[in-house]
Amino acid sequence: MSSNGLDSRVPSGPIAEKWTRHKFDMKLVNPANKRKYTIICVGTGLAGASASASLSELGYKVKTFCIQDSPRRAHSIAAQGGINAAKNYQNDGDSVYRLFYDTVKGGDFRAREANVYRLAELSVNIIDQCVAQGVPFAREYGGLLDNRSFGGAQVSRTFYARGQTGQQLLLGAYSALMKEVAKKGVELYTRREMLDIIVIDGKARGIVVRNLITGKLESHVGDAVILATGGYGNVFYLSTNAKACNVTAAWRAHKKGAYFANPCYTQIHPTCIPVHGDYQSKLTLMSESLRNDGRIWVPKKQGDTRSPDQIPDAERDYYLERKYPSFGNLAPRDISSRSAKEQCDAGRGVGSTGQAVYLDFRDAINRLGKDVIEARYGNLFQMYDRIVDNDPYKVPMMIYPAVHYTMGGLWVDYNLMSNLPGLHVLGEANFSDHGANRLGASALMQGLADGYFVIPYTIGHYLASNKFEPIGADHAECKNAEAEAKKRIDTLLSIKGKRTVDDFHRELGLLCWDKCGMGRNKAGLEEALQKIPAIREEFWSNVTVVGSGEELNQSLERAGRVADFLEFGELMVRDALHREESCGGHFREEHQTEDGEAKRDDANFCYAGAWEFSGIGSTPNLHKEQLEFNEVHLATRSYK
Amino acid sequence: MSRKINLTLKVWRQKNASSSGRFETYEAKGIDTDASFLEMLDVVNEQLEKRGVEPIAFDHDCREGICGMCGAVVNGMAHGPEKETTLCQLHMRKFKDGDTITIEPWRANGFPIVRDLVCDRSAFDRIISAGGFIGVRTGQAPEAHSVPVGKDKADWAMDAAECIGCGACVAACPNASAMLFVSAKVTHLNVLPQGQPEKNKRVLGMVSQMDAEGFGNCSNHYECEAACPKGISVKNIAKMNRDYLAAAIKA
Ligand SMILES: Cc1cc2nc3c(=O)[nH]c(=O)nc-3n(C[C@H](O)[C@H](O)[C@H](O)COP(=O)(O)OP(=O)(O)OC[C@H]3O[C@@H](n4cnc5c(N)ncnc54)[C@H](O)[C@@H]3O)c2cc1C
Ligand code: FES
Repeated sequence: MSSNGLDSRVPSGPIAEKWTRHKFDMKLVNPANKRKYTIICVGTGLAGASASASLSELGYKVKTFCIQDSPRRAHSIAAQGGINAAKNYQNDGDSVYRLFYDTVKGGDFRAREANVYRLAELSVNIIDQCVAQGVPFAREYGGLLDNRSFGGAQVSRTFYARGQTGQQLLLGAYSALMKEVAKKGVELYTRREMLDIIVIDGKARGIVVRNLITGKLESHVGDAVILATGGYGNVFYLSTNAKACNVTAAWRAHKKGAYFANPCYTQIHPTCIPVHGDYQSKLTLMSESLRNDGRIWVPKKQGDTRSPDQIPDAERDYYLERKYPSFGNLAPRDISSRSAKEQCDAGRGVGSTGQAVYLDFRDAINRLGKDVIEARYGNLFQMYDRIVDNDPYKVPMMIYPAVHYTMGGLWVDYNLMSNLPGLHVLGEANFSDHGANRLGASALMQGLADGYFVIPYTIGHYLASNKFEPIGADHAECKNAEAEAKKRIDTLLSIKGKRTVDDFHRELGLLCWDKCGMGRNKAGLEEALQKIPAIREEFWSNVTVVGSGEELNQSLERAGRVADFLEFGELMVRDALHREESCGGHFREEHQTEDGEAKRDDANFCYAGAWEFSGIGSTPNLHKEQLEFNEVHLATRSYK
Repeated sequence: MSRKINLTLKVWRQKNASSSGRFETYEAKGIDTDASFLEMLDVVNEQLEKRGVEPIAFDHDCREGICGMCGAVVNGMAHGPEKETTLCQLHMRKFKDGDTITIEPWRANGFPIVRDLVCDRSAFDRIISAGGFIGVRTGQAPEAHSVPVGKDKADWAMDAAECIGCGACVAACPNASAMLFVSAKVTHLNVLPQGQPEKNKRVLGMVSQMDAEGFGNCSNHYECEAACPKGISVKNIAKMNRDYLAAAIKA
């Protein structure tokens, strides 16, 4: 399965037996020897916290790092909707195979089948694990777990904890982590930002971090490194991601040799609160569950400025229901988002900017009563009202798509190890399981599967299969990496230009959104490819970062991240330009059917594109991992 | 409809943990009433940076009211004047043109100030390490449906588990007590069947760590509940006190 030297290391055998066999075939580390190995884990979201806790339980020495003041604040905390698992508790025909099938198809046939199958298989263990930890999932009166259908799934397989599923899952993983901290199995380093990866004799052996309070650069070494540092959605500046989400950890690893796969696969979520001002710092997601009862529409007439209650039904276009009669308002994310953009581009958008569509609960309230709607969505309605100052019980919500999740990430093999030996990548930071489009409630599932159930096995195999020279944090490579990091920080502080970091970030974000957002075309991408290096150049000569490097300096932190986004953005655009097809979240306007649906090109693009760094501004090398579909046969996705 | 307003900010500036701080006054002009409080601070900070003044340091991340990272005392109120709202979800339409707004960090023994509005809340993590978990290892879990949990218990656990760990309860309490936080964490696990085996050890461990961190005692002012952005109820404190007494007798 290798092409250009990319070996996915997918085990042989029937798909349903691969993981079981592989677990048996992998080498084990003797229990008494585990404490002799140190594993560095960057990130404490669902992936990092679950990995750190599980590895420490096994007896490894773990050092865990995060940017926030507490591991509990990782961005996973913000996930609202839920987590999928093929428990079939609802007796509605779900199975591991169906979840696998839905995920491969939902990803528009651009994910690795074997990984997806394993994910579906492990999903059931996750729920058991979380319940045992005390995660307060929603329950029915009989005391058993409740499920809902989510994000267009035809079965009810989503487990949830009010609108705070990510928070509760993370608190579960965090409590497991803190239990191991108490046992001294995990050494926890908060308010640390990873700035580089230390590679010695071709293996990832450590990291350089900046202590965000003192500014001190520290090297930490070990025998293997895990990156669980989340996604890069903030390259667009405005997104639903938390403010500290960054590409820095992944990008610096990329510059040290790790391939970056499919960066152009970004997910735009259909139901977010629209942009309303240039001071705006982030976009807020309104849970997708709203689409279960809300109906999406725009006025049929362009530029119709009547208030929504003055527009009679006959003059409304419920465009999702019209175009996708069988899925209607529950059409997948990429399709729903693109349809909203189409309507707004055609001049039928609503609100002061024309960049919004209605999500209307009028009919649901009439049918079910206000009480029922309040019980289902009360907290979401309240959040909307608080932000927008409009009561959705009376006036339809206005929504617009926003950047939400990134399917692309560092390339990993079946063992979740990148091409750089010893560097393992988990959660949203890797590229593996969602192909070109992620299904709702599947990111939480993947983060926890990676951390609780995959890495504890595969990292043992890596450790048992390799020899490690003892090294200290004073190794020459550590000193070099620290010196590099220091030089960069000093440069940022010395420019003393005229534009703020955020100003550059907004410029980059807007450009990426316009040219590499919901719709992409050759001319636009080429234009972006010209402009990004120019912005980057101006950044390095005209940015202002006040203060010093030896203290808490939040502008300096942001400057480092934006500098990386300015390099990464170019790769994202390049990837989008090279992929001459439309698939999932990647919609190339040149490649669509007559009725505007995405047109894949399986003959030429049925691969994961993994890019190798070759210098800033120089064309990276593309490595292809050919994807094989032996179980779910390549077919055109249809939700009509 | 959004409007533009002008404000005067009195902001606590403190270079680091060891230096002394003071209030500085800044003008915030032309602030959009649709902006959030933190977006207002962003605007002010960008203006300061352009003038070469170090921006105001403040913690934040999700800006959706869920990560618990943000928080400041605004006009004497933790997270500002709006009920059950974190600072990041407070919007400028709650203020009037010409208002003066005082902004200070959480002040408590257990939360040393790091810089400006940023303080160190790692005491909360240490309290969790002292018992705020169920001691199951990965891979040991029984089938999720093997233990039914009554909806009342599940809902109570969830009510308590909504705590975002921001520390507003401590900041609002005249004694800087952490009882609301600790009791919410204890209750979440102690009402669930899965939490029973370690119930006593949990409450004893967490309370003793809370005391060691220098948080004050609870003298039933209930300012904590009023300040809590998630509406965590003081009935958790009563529950924890009961659990504590029961555990102390057995210990
Ligand atoms: C608003 C919102 C709602 C969502 N809802 C759902 C949902 O309902 N269901 C679902 O399945 N998915 C959902 N998602 C997606 C899902 O939440 C994320 O994909 C997932 O939580 C990512 O987890 P993670 O562990 O990979 O990374 P994260 O949770 O992002 O954690 C990253 C960690 O890495 C650390 N870190 C990052 N960079 C560095 C660095 N340079 N140095 C040191 N540390 C670093 C951070 O401090 C943090 O601890 C949602 C996402 C958003 C934005
Ligand atoms: S920034 Fe996360 S709660 Fe305010």
